[in-house]
Amino acid sequence: MNQARHSLFSVGFSSAIAILALATFALVVGTAQQACAELQINVTDGVVEPLPIALAPFVDASGQEDKLGRDIAAVAIADLVGSGLFRAIDEKAFIQTPAAAALAPRFPDWRQVNAQGLVVGAVKRQGDGRIRVEFRLWDVFGEQQLVGQAFVTERSNWRRVAHLVADAVYTRLTGEDGYFDTRIVYIAESGPASRRIKRLAIMDQDGANHQLLSGGGDLILTPRFSPSRQEVAYLSYNNGLPRVRILNVDTNQRETVGPIDGMTFAPRFSPDGNQLLFAREQRGNSDIHTMDLRTRKIRKLTNHPAIDTSPSYAPDQSRIVFNSDRGGSQQLYVMDADGGNVQRISFGDGRYATPVWSPRGDLIAFTKIKSGQFSIGVMRLDGSDERILSTSFLEEGPTWAPNGRVLMFYRQTATNRRGQGGTSRLYMVDVTGANLRQAKTPGGASDPAWSPLAP
Amino acid sequence: MNSATEAPQNLMFTLNRGANTLGGTPIMSMKFLAVAALGLALAACSTTEDKPATSGSAQAVTTTTAPPPKAVNKNAPRPGSQEELDATIGDRVQFGFDRYDLSPAAKATVGSWADWLNRHQNVALNIEGHADERGTREYNLALGARRANAIKDYMTALGVASGRLQTVSFGKERPAMLGSNEGAWAQNRRGVAVVR
Repeated sequence: MNQARHSLFSVGFSSAIAILALATFALVVGTAQQACAELQINVTDGVVEPLPIALAPFVDASGQEDKLGRDIAAVAIADLVGSGLFRAIDEKAFIQTPAAAALAPRFPDWRQVNAQGLVVGAVKRQGDGRIRVEFRLWDVFGEQQLVGQAFVTERSNWRRVAHLVADAVYTRLTGEDGYFDTRIVYIAESGPASRRIKRLAIMDQDGANHQLLSGGGDLILTPRFSPSRQEVAYLSYNNGLPRVRILNVDTNQRETVGPIDGMTFAPRFSPDGNQLLFAREQRGNSDIHTMDLRTRKIRKLTNHPAIDTSPSYAPDQSRIVFNSDRGGSQQLYVMDADGGNVQRISFGDGRYATPVWSPRGDLIAFTKIKSGQFSIGVMRLDGSDERILSTSFLEEGPTWAPNGRVLMFYRQTATNRRGQGGTSRLYMVDVTGANLRQAKTPGGASDPAWSPLAP
Repeated sequence: MNSATEAPQNLMFTLNRGANTLGGTPIMSMKFLAVAALGLALAACSTTEDKPATSGSAQAVTTTTAPPPKAVNKNAPRPGSQEELDATIGDRVQFGFDRYDLSPAAKATVGSWADWLNRHQNVALNIEGHADERGTREYNLALGARRANAIKDYMTALGVASGRLQTVSFGKERPAMLGSNEGAWAQNRRGVAVVR
């Protein structure tokens, strides 16, 4: 069970450093304790009845930051409802005011509107211009405080505060790590189907703070986050030649990494951020390699005339899952981190591709192609318990949220003879298969990659 | 109680627009324009009149009737150019689904490319490998590379120096024909010869 994270982060490119401080309030509540079952959601159940939660606008006694308080609450409740595990009680139904509830919740009022959880908070602008935000999560029926935290940060970081609130509520009520304080890097698509323009893009997981990171002149594909540094690895057709590059998102520096003779592609960082897996093509044959990013030393891991690509480390980095057609068709294989002990793990009816090891270590997500349809699915490490989560004309490339409970992928529609259609969008789905929904992007979108939780 | 630890930066910064905008212009299309212009210039130059012969002596000047100028098709592609390749042989071959072996028809075309390269020793080619949309992105990049390399291997076996043949895969990124149907997919599973 995750304790409240203590973190500071700074905003790149500006001279001011944003500081996020975390404080946990161990407040004793002296109201009558009723012998109720503890407020909890079990996310491993197939279908979960959303937990009704009241998340009141955060209040400012001085009135200065009332709008900010509303905005923070709105972002947080959108996160929670979007997860599919919570249902928001309409603010119009509230009996007690948010200001009064922030001081002392009148639990009968909240039980009356059928809230099981109550989140109240306060915002205040400090003398130095930063904001202080505090919130509490109450168990309405048990009349107990479950979480109490405070943050101090630059005003411009208010969205991160909202996501941290949502993560804290999610974690406390599900026992799982949250995933709301995360970003998505992906490929923004525009232009006609005959000459698609593809640009590197980044955004918060709820679609906010969207930025384009490339001009569209070079074709860019398959970006992946570093788990430890502010870096993105991707495939770029720089000067018309496909090579793996790394972008530092703080400095905007880009460099080609790895061997330059022959195509390099399918990059993916190791969980500790020190290795970069990739595929390298030489004389038509693609094999998996790893590069130590500290020494730049490259090691060849597969040595087979088949296509070997799309590698992904296990969370403990002891093994790698990858895609190979060495058995005659695209399938999933697992090998030791040194390339030994290759074992096939996919045996279902169809072709399997794009394997990604869950951050929890328990499942492998994949794309499956069968009977002209594409599906996103998960399987156990030995290939058993295959579960299909989504199916459509063309979809691929799952990426795990850092808590291993949600997957994002992209879907492309069919194109007609006039070149209409063929548009791509991002989708999210729970690992149980529930709650399939589109992720918000300004335009066409493909090749998503989920960031780790911000430290 | 507050605790403070430094952590990496937030991912917010100003986009450096204008970077990487030139790099994507296909080199072959610039060459195409240059070659086309050259072709026209040569065509213009090829219409020369025969000049009457002159002799050093002050004897009678011989006059001959200048024969009519050779009929020249100003639109004839320059030998060794992309247009000539396209017009005489064709610039592409197709592959079967998830296949990279050359069909008999493909072998005939690629063999003609090899002959053509033997006749034009100063020409080098980019061999592009492409795939249809019915596969995953990374695997299709690898498949396109296999297709391009299969073509290159066949040509080197026919005696073309491998240094004249560069391969590049575009996976499923550059369809030749739009449409989610078998006809378009077949057209998109292709290898293309591009004059460098």
